[in-house]
Amino acid sequence: QVQLVVPVAVVFSPGSVPGDLPSPLPFRDVQEMEISVNLRTSVTSRYEMAYQGTTAQEEAAMAVTTAREADAALRPLQDVSMGSLTMYVVPENSSLLPQGTSVYVGRHRSALVRAGGGLAALHARLRQVTQVMSFTATSIAAALSDRVPDGRLSPDARRSLKSSLGYEITFSLLNPDPKSHAVDWDIEGAVNRYVKPVLDKLSLVANFSVDSQILYYAVLGVTPRYDKESSSFLLSAHSLPHVINPVEARLGSSAASLYPVLNFLLYVPERSHSPLYIQDKDGAPVSTNAFHSPRWGGIMVYNVEAPASPQASLPLQVDVDMARVMEVFLAQLRLLFGLSREELPPEFLLESPGNEGLADWELDHLLWAHTVENIATVSTTLTSLAQLLDKIGNIVIKDDVASEVYRAVASVQSAMAKLAVGHLHSAFQASKEAVTSSERAFFDPSLLHLLYFPDDQKFAIYIPLFLPMAVPILLSLAKIVRETRQRKKEPTKMD
Amino acid sequence: FQDQAEQFFRSGHTNNWAVLVCTSRFWFNYRHVANTLSVYRSVKRLGIPDSHIVLMLADDMACNPRNPKPATVFSHKNMELNVYGDDVEVDYRSYEVTVENFLRVLTGRIPPSTPRSKRLLSDDRSNILIYMTGHGGNGFLKFQDSEEITNVELADAFEQMWQKRRYNELLFIIDTCQGASMYERFYSPNIMALASSQVGEDSLSHQPDLGIGVHLMDRYTFYVLEFLEEIHPASQTNMNDLFQVCPKSLCVSTPGHRTDLFQRDPQNVLITDFFGSVRKVEITAETVSLDRGLAGFESKFPEDELATEPLKYAEQLPVAQIIHQKPKQKDWHPPGGFILGLWALIIMVFFKTYGIKHMKHVF
Repeated sequence: QVQLVVPVAVVFSPGSVPGDLPSPLPFRDVQEMEISVNLRTSVTSRYEMAYQGTTAQEEAAMAVTTAREADAALRPLQDVSMGSLTMYVVPENSSLLPQGTSVYVGRHRSALVRAGGGLAALHARLRQVTQVMSFTATSIAAALSDRVPDGRLSPDARRSLKSSLGYEITFSLLNPDPKSHAVDWDIEGAVNRYVKPVLDKLSLVANFSVDSQILYYAVLGVTPRYDKESSSFLLSAHSLPHVINPVEARLGSSAASLYPVLNFLLYVPERSHSPLYIQDKDGAPVSTNAFHSPRWGGIMVYNVEAPASPQASLPLQVDVDMARVMEVFLAQLRLLFGLSREELPPEFLLESPGNEGLADWELDHLLWAHTVENIATVSTTLTSLAQLLDKIGNIVIKDDVASEVYRAVASVQSAMAKLAVGHLHSAFQASKEAVTSSERAFFDPSLLHLLYFPDDQKFAIYIPLFLPMAVPILLSLAKIVRETRQRKKEPTKMD
Repeated sequence: FQDQAEQFFRSGHTNNWAVLVCTSRFWFNYRHVANTLSVYRSVKRLGIPDSHIVLMLADDMACNPRNPKPATVFSHKNMELNVYGDDVEVDYRSYEVTVENFLRVLTGRIPPSTPRSKRLLSDDRSNILIYMTGHGGNGFLKFQDSEEITNVELADAFEQMWQKRRYNELLFIIDTCQGASMYERFYSPNIMALASSQVGEDSLSHQPDLGIGVHLMDRYTFYVLEFLEEIHPASQTNMNDLFQVCPKSLCVSTPGHRTDLFQRDPQNVLITDFFGSVRKVEITAETVSLDRGLAGFESKFPEDELATEPLKYAEQLPVAQIIHQKPKQKDWHPPGGFILGLWALIIMVFFKTYGIKHMKHVF
C-alpha cells in the first residue's frame, strides 16, 4: 500500500570503481524491499540508485585532508532536497577516512563510503548506510507500533514520542534548600543560544513552545543513601522511577495548551545531601548524572561544590553552567524523539551535529517515521469513524465534519502519492494536514452517540404510549372492514 | 533472555490516568461520595498526579448544610479517616456529572473550550483506571436520579476509545447493585473489570455513623480501601489479590471480575500498574557536544512582526452587536412522516366510524 521512495546518488571517485560493475557508469538501479508489519499491512521501500562518476568539482572538493572538510565542501554540489541521499565512494586506501572506519556519515545528507571487498561488500555497506540515514524495518515497525502484534516489538520501540502537531517544553529548576543555595540560572540566554537552534531545525516536524519555572522546596520522593567510600550520596537505579511522581504534582503541567509536555528538571540537591550521584544498574556513577523517562522528559542532578571554609555565609551563590546542563538536556530531547546513535556498527563514524542538535539525515529519519505514522493514524481514524456511522444509523453528520473527512482523504492520497515520488517534505506536510482534518472530524463534539435505542427500550417507551390509543383505532378499523363486507354481501335494495 | 521474558510480562504503559465517578446526589448517598474520594485518595497517594485524574462528584457532601462536620467526608465511623483532605481537585461537580459529559470525557469529543483539567488526554501508552459508584440495576447505572447509562453505551464508548487507541490497558471497577451487568457487554481488548455484586444481588453499605447519621461507605469499596492502604509505590502485589478482596462472608454480595478481554495474566499485573504511577526510566548515557563560543542566534524563520495596536476595552467586547442581536430564526421543519400518518389515520378512522356529520362540531 504505502511505497517509500528514496532517491540515492552513488558517486564513485576515481580509483574506487569496482571492477565487476554490471554496466558502465552512469546507470540507474532500483532496489525494492518489503517491510511487512502484520498480515495486512506492509510498507514497500524503494531505493532508486543512480550510479555515476565524480565531476571535476567534486574531485576538487574531495582533495582535502579530513572527511569533515570534504563533507562541508561537497555540500553545495549535492541535491539537498529532503529525503534524498548522496554516497561518495572513496578508494580503499584513501586517507580521508581514518583507519578502521569504512563509513563516514556527515551532518547533512551525504556519506563517504570506503570501497573494497568487491561489489557485493560495497552493496551491503551502501544498503546499511542508506537504511541508517533514512528508515529501517525497526523504525517503521515502531512508527506503526499499534499494528504490530504484541510481543514482537522490542520495548525501546514503543518509547519515542508520538507524532503530534506541537510539543511544549518546560524547563524547571528545583531548589529544595533555598537557605543554603541561592541558585541563578540564565535560562533565557541558554534557550536562545542552545535550544533555539535545535528547535528551529525541528520546527518542520512540529510547533514548539518553551517555558521555564523555578520551584522552591520541591524534594525528590526518594531519600538517597550515603556511601562511605566515595563520601557522597547515591540514588540507585531502581529507586529512580519513584522520584518523578511527587515532583510532578508540583510541576503544574500547562493549563493552556493541549500538546504533549516535555519536562526537563534540574535538581540542585540540599546541602545535607550533597554531592548526589545517580548509580546505574551496575553500581557505577553515571557520567551525566541524569536520567529520562520516555514520553515525559528528563531530570539532571547538578551538584554544587562544598564551600571552601565551613564558615562561609549561607546562602551560597550558585551560577549554573548552562552549557553543561543544555548538553544533557538536548541529548535527552534527542533520545525522547527516538534519535539514538547507539546501535550502529563500530566501523561507522558519525559526525556530531554540533549546535544544531541533529543532522539533516536524522531530521529525515524523523520525518519518514512521522509521515508513516500519520498516514496509519489517519487511515485508522477514518475507518473507525466509518464503522461508527455504520453501527449507529441515526447520527447526523454536519457539513463541516463531512468536509473535514473529504479533506483528510484528499491529503492522505496526496501524501502517499508524494511518498511514491520521493518528495519527503511535501509528503510530510500533507500527512500533517490529513491528521489535523481527521482528528477534527473524529473528535467533533456533535458525533456523540447518545442516540442509542436498544429494541427493548423502544418497546418500553412506545408501547405504553401508543397501545391504549391504538386499541379504539384498531377496533374501529375492524368495524369498518366488517361493515364494508356486509354491504357488499347484501344485495342493494332496489325498488 | 530472562530480562526479555520479564519485559514481555510487564505492561507497556508510560503514564497512568484515573477517571473516578460518583453518580448519586442527595445527602443519604453520602457513601457514594466517600467511596469515590477514598479511591481518589489512594490513587493520589500511590503517585498519580491531579493533572491525570478526572474526578466527577455529583454532589457536595463536605459543604452540605446537613453535614454536622463541615469540610470533611469520613470513611470510617468514629470519624477516623477524613478522605476529603486539603487538596481535593474536583473536575466535574454537581450537575456537570451527566451521562453526556462522562461519555465526552471517555471518547474525547469535547468542545474546544473545555479546560485541560476536564479532559482525558490519554494516549496509546496510558493505563486508565475507571471507578464508578452509585445506584445501578441490571444493565444500567443511574446518574443524578434523572438519567442512566446502559452497559451497551459504556461498551461502545470503550470501543471508541480503543479505535482511537486512547488506552493501553483499562481497569474498570464498579460498586453498585448488580454491578456485574455493567461489564457483561464489553468487547474491546485489554479491559479488566471488577464489580461489587453479581446480577440479581445488591451491594450493601458498610457502617452507619451515628454522629453523621448516614452510612459512610459501601462494603466493597471499604475493603478495597483497606487493601489499598497496604500498597506502597514499590509493592509487587498483583491483581489476583485484588480479586480476593471482599469474600461473601464480609461483603454479603459476591464480587465478580472479568479478565477474558485482558491479554496478560492477572498474576503478572501489578496493582501499581493501574492505581499508581510507576514510570519507566532510562539512564541518559549520551551528551550532545555544544560549541559554547557562539553568541546569540539569528532564527532562520523570523517571527512575524505585525504591529498591532492594543485594543481598547470597549472594542474588545462587541457590546452593540450583542445587545441588538436578533434571536436566530430556527428553521421550520414540517412534522415528521410518522406523526402525520398517525394523525391522518386517527382522523380518518374517527370520521369513517362516526360519520362525517361530526365534522361541523370540530370546526
